[in-house]
Amino acid sequence: MIDVKHLTKAFGKHVVLDDISEHIYPGEKVVVIGPSGSGKSTFLRCLNLLEEPTKGTITFQGQEITDPKADINAIRRQMGMVFQHFNLFPNMTIRKNITLAPVQTKLMKQEEADETATALLKRVDLLDKADSYPAQLSGGQKQRIAIVRALAMRPKVMLFDEPTSALDPEMVGEVLDVMKELADEGMTMVVVTHEMGFAREVGSRILFMAGGHILEQNEPHAFFANPKEERTKEFLSKVL
Amino acid sequence: MTFFEKFTLIFTNAKYLDSMLTGLRMTFAISVGAAALGLVLGTIVALVGLASSKNPLIKLPKFICAVYVTVVRGTPMALQLFIMAFVVFAIRGFPLVVTAIIAFGINSGAYVSENIRGGILSVDIGQTEAGRSLGLTAGMTMWYIVIPQAIKNVIPSIGNELIALIKETSIVSMIGMYDLTAAAKNVGSGQNLANYLAPMTVAALFYLAIVYLLTFIIKKIEGRLRESDRR
Ligand SMILES: Nc1ncnc2c1ncn2[C@@H]1O[C@H](COP(=O)(O)OP(=O)(O)O)[C@@H](O)[C@H]1O
Ligand SMILES: [Mg+2]
Repeated sequence: MIDVKHLTKAFGKHVVLDDISEHIYPGEKVVVIGPSGSGKSTFLRCLNLLEEPTKGTITFQGQEITDPKADINAIRRQMGMVFQHFNLFPNMTIRKNITLAPVQTKLMKQEEADETATALLKRVDLLDKADSYPAQLSGGQKQRIAIVRALAMRPKVMLFDEPTSALDPEMVGEVLDVMKELADEGMTMVVVTHEMGFAREVGSRILFMAGGHILEQNEPHAFFANPKEERTKEFLSKVL
Repeated sequence: MTFFEKFTLIFTNAKYLDSMLTGLRMTFAISVGAAALGLVLGTIVALVGLASSKNPLIKLPKFICAVYVTVVRGTPMALQLFIMAFVVFAIRGFPLVVTAIIAFGINSGAYVSENIRGGILSVDIGQTEAGRSLGLTAGMTMWYIVIPQAIKNVIPSIGNELIALIKETSIVSMIGMYDLTAAAKNVGSGQNLANYLAPMTVAALFYLAIVYLLTFIIKKIEGRLRESDRR
């Protein structure tokens, strides 16, 4: 579904991603872990071109998105993204947050977008917040809204960048539950997270990143039971 | 005549009152026209300045805008007004009020553009990223997401800029225009009241009233825009 070839990203002289090649298959739940500063966010953000790769190609559903002629907006409409700090639009109601993109990109008429928003809000149990503003919500509620805002565009894949890292501990569960549900429905997901429980339970494959490389990868059971690389062992000993 | 009698006379004597009101109308016309021009110009210049320079076609406009802001901010307003009146629009019969509106509008636009630029940059980059990640174009993201938040941030500084503009229009008598300040000078002259204190006080009160009104309107707008901050 997403094919990454020789992806390199440098900020000035600082090489953050060093010649990464990887493939993400439909329906996979790829969990990316690794120490802070290892390039996890940069890798994820290259997938929808929020960061422009320095070298290499990324192909999404057969279309090369790193081609300068590619319609990046049309491609991003099919890739949802959830951020660590939610990034809800504070000047809009929750309903408007959800319907803005589907309506403006002409994916839906306002009426249809409203119905979609209502259905999505029901699903995350936040329909009563439809006319509230983001400032009136808790962190967990904001992140659930951010997830359904992305879902309103009916994406083919969802990218999550540490979606629970900015949350108070008691709110992590409600967000992970929504993500699990999404995984169960068959959504293709790439998730950067420090939640090892989630990685083990939901992940179909774990990528361990360090120093701009994917140092090691495996299906979760084997990954956690038998880490091969020294740095993986060291990292796991700290987080488990 | 006491000061109070002279002060009252300005409002009761039809000729004096008419003089002051004519000046007031001119100050008002220049201020409103220049503010409108300044806001439009300032917004355009700010957006051009912030546009991604990836497209080679935007390079020249960006350069022009940068030069414009530098030149306007680096030279005195009176000189800019003279250049407009005696060079650019030195055309017989060309209405001076239009000259003044253009001169002050261009001046104000440079300051407004800096305010708006700062306001747009102060909006969290995560807002733009969220908009773009949803597939919105750069323009849609700017228009629906960034600008509304930037406006909230810049309303106070734009208000200050407009207040400065209104007061600065008092130099138009230097190109022979009859505004509120010129009116006060005229009413106070020897052929009229032969006293400057009273008409200057009246003019000061008029300026204060305009500035107070503007401050009031800005506070109202600010309050409205803060509605989404309620918790
Ligand atoms: N916009 C940027 N400009 C310069 N350096 C950056 C930028 N974004 C990330 N980096 C650097 O790239 C490295 C990897 O960052 P990141 O991908 O955020 O790591 P992670 O998400 O794994 O913590 C870090 O050293 C970080 O300082
Ligand atoms: Mg990160």
